[in-house]
Amino acid sequence: MDALAPAPAATLHGPSLRQRFAARGFDAVTLLVVPAAIFSLLLFVYPFAFGFILSFTPKAGGDWLANYRRFFSDAFLYDTIAKTLWLAVPVTLLNLLLAVPIAFRVRLMRHQRLLTTILVLPITLGTVLVAEGLLNYLGPQGWFNRTLMTIGLISEPLKLVHNYWGVFASLVITGFPFTFLLTLSYVTGIDPALEQAGATLGASSWQRFRYIYLPLLMPGFAITFCLSFVQAFSVFPSAVLLGAPAGPTRVISIAAYQAAFEEYDYSMASAVAMIMGFVQLGIVVAVLASRGLFYRGPASGAKG
Amino acid sequence: MTIALSQFEEVRLDRVSRDFGALNALRDVSLTIKRREFIALLGPSGCGKSTTLNCIAGLLPVTGGAIWLDNSRVDTLRPEERGFGMVFQNYALFPHLNVRQNIGFGLKMRGVPKAEIDRKVDEALGLVRLHGQENKLPGQLSGGQQQRVAIARAIVIEPPLVLMDEPLSNLDAKLRLEMRAEIRRIHNELGATTIYVTHDQDEALSLADRIVVLRDGVVRQVGTPKELYEEPAHLDVADFMGFRNKLRGRVVANESDRIILDVEGAKISGVAREGLSLGSAAYAAIRPDDLEVGEPGSNTLAVKVDTMEYRGREFVGTAHTAGGLDLVFRSHHAVEPGANIHLRAADERVLVFADAIRGRN
Repeated sequence: MDALAPAPAATLHGPSLRQRFAARGFDAVTLLVVPAAIFSLLLFVYPFAFGFILSFTPKAGGDWLANYRRFFSDAFLYDTIAKTLWLAVPVTLLNLLLAVPIAFRVRLMRHQRLLTTILVLPITLGTVLVAEGLLNYLGPQGWFNRTLMTIGLISEPLKLVHNYWGVFASLVITGFPFTFLLTLSYVTGIDPALEQAGATLGASSWQRFRYIYLPLLMPGFAITFCLSFVQAFSVFPSAVLLGAPAGPTRVISIAAYQAAFEEYDYSMASAVAMIMGFVQLGIVVAVLASRGLFYRGPASGAKG
Repeated sequence: MTIALSQFEEVRLDRVSRDFGALNALRDVSLTIKRREFIALLGPSGCGKSTTLNCIAGLLPVTGGAIWLDNSRVDTLRPEERGFGMVFQNYALFPHLNVRQNIGFGLKMRGVPKAEIDRKVDEALGLVRLHGQENKLPGQLSGGQQQRVAIARAIVIEPPLVLMDEPLSNLDAKLRLEMRAEIRRIHNELGATTIYVTHDQDEALSLADRIVVLRDGVVRQVGTPKELYEEPAHLDVADFMGFRNKLRGRVVANESDRIILDVEGAKISGVAREGLSLGSAAYAAIRPDDLEVGEPGSNTLAVKVDTMEYRGREFVGTAHTAGGLDLVFRSHHAVEPGANIHLRAADERVLVFADAIRGRN
C-alpha cells in the first residue's frame, strides 16, 4: 500500500503516483483480485503445471515423450479422442439447435421465470441422478419400451441404455438447460425494434431470423458452443453408468481414469489429461477464431 | 427520379380500437388520410399516438375496427405484407450492416435484382444527402446521419405510406430543427404520404398539413395547424397549443359570442369554445404572449410576480393571484419579483372551455 500513497514531491509537478496508477487501472480495488489470483494459482495453474511436467516423466522410464508415443500408437487409447468427439460434438450441436427455437419462443413469454426454473432443474439434479432415472425409464423393462410395446409400435424392447444413445440422452438432458440459458440471454439481448424494422421492410419471419438475428447471434452462439462443448467433452459418470465404457463410449476421461486408478500410472494419466485439454483447446480456439468472420459490435439499433 | 411511391387515393382508419387487457389504448379512432398529406399525430405520452402508428404498421394487431388502403383491407395483413415504410424512434438500424446494406435491405428481401438495388440505393443516398458514407456501419455515424439512413431505408421500398415515430426525439435541439426541414423536403420531393407521431407542438405545427390531437386513446380534434392553433376545440387541445394559463372560474354572463367568467372575483370575458350554461364551472385559457402588464381595468387580474427570466427579446415571468392561481406571462420590461402588478388580456384572445373533466369522454 505504501507504493500507492501519494508522493509529496509529485503533487507539485503533476498527478501523484496514486493518480498515475489509477489512470492505468490500478487502484485499491485492484487488490481485490488477489484472492482470486491465489485461488486459481493454487487450484488451477499449479496442478496444471505439475501435471504437464509429470506427463513428460514416464513411470516406466524411457524418453520424455514415451507417454505420448504410447497414447498415439495404441488404438485402444487414441480412439478415445474420436469417441469423445463423436459424443460431444453432436450433443452440443443438438442442444444448440434445440435451444435456439425454444429461446425465440420463450423470449415472448410472460412466465419466463417458471419455465426457466423447470429447465434448470436437470442441472441441479446432477448427472448420477439423471443416469439412474434414465436406466429405469429407458431400460428394457422401463416404461418407455413397455409403452411402445403396448401400443404395438415395436415387438422387442429397443436397446437405449448401456450404449452410445444412453450417454447421448443423458448429455442432452444435463447439457440442454445450460445451453438454453446462455442462448436465451443472447437472444433477449437483441433490440426487438430490429425485428420490427425488418418486418416493416418486408422480411418474412425466416428472413428476419436469417438476415437480422442470426448474424447478430453468431458470436454468442460460438461462445455457447464452446462452453457446452467443454462440458460434454469431459463426460465421465454417464459414460460409465449409461454407456458401454469398454466399447463405443470409452471416452477419453475413462482412459485417464484407468491409467491413474487401475494402472496407478499418474504420469500416463497426466499425459492423457494433457491430450484431452489440448483437443478441447484446439476446438475452442478454432470456434472462437471463426467469430472474426461475423459482426461483433453492440446488438442494438442506435447509440441510444 | 426512379423512386416512385405506390399510388393510392386514401388510407382510412375506421373505428380502430386497441385494448391491452382492460386498458383501452385506442377507442374508435376514425381518420382519413389523403395521398400526399403530411399528418401529425400529436398528444402527451400515453395518449395512444404510437399505438395508432404501430396498428397502421401492423406491429400491433387492432382489437376492433378496420384499416383500409383504398378498397383493400390492410389491418388483417402481416407487417411485411403491408409494405409501409417506418422510421423508428431509436432508428432500429441493423448494426451489422453498412449504410448501403441497411438501405437496400427491404429491396433485397423483395428479391429485387442487384443492379436495381444499387441504383435505387444510390438515389436514396442522394435524397438524404449521405453520399460518401455508404460503407460505414451505423455505429460509426452521428445521430443525424443515422436518422437519414433510417429515412432512406424506409422510402427506398417505395411505400404508399411513410410512418415516423418521434423520429427527432433523440437529436439535439439544433439538429432537430435541421432534420425537421429535411423531413419536410424529402416528403415534398417524393410526393410521399406521411404519418408523423410527436409530442412536440412546434414540430407538428411546422411540419403537418393536418394535425390529429389524441388524448386517452380518443381523437380530440383534427384540423390544419392554423385551425388548431387559433381555434382549439377543447381545453386539453388548447393546452397543447400553448394556452399555458388556465383560469378556473364560474360563468356569470353569456352574451351571444362573449362569455364572462368570475375568476376569484375578477370578471374575465372571452370567446366561448364550448356550450356553457350560466353558473357552470369553466376555464379561461390565455397564451403567455396575450397577457400584458398594465393598469387596473377590465379583463384584468391582480397578481404578485414570482420569477422573471431573461429570454433575449423579452422576459418570461411567473406570477400568482391572491387565490393561488399560477400565471405565465411575457413582458418587454423586467418586473421585480415580489412586485404587485395587473395582467390584462384582450377579450378576443381569451378562450373559454368547459370544465376539463366534462370535456373528456
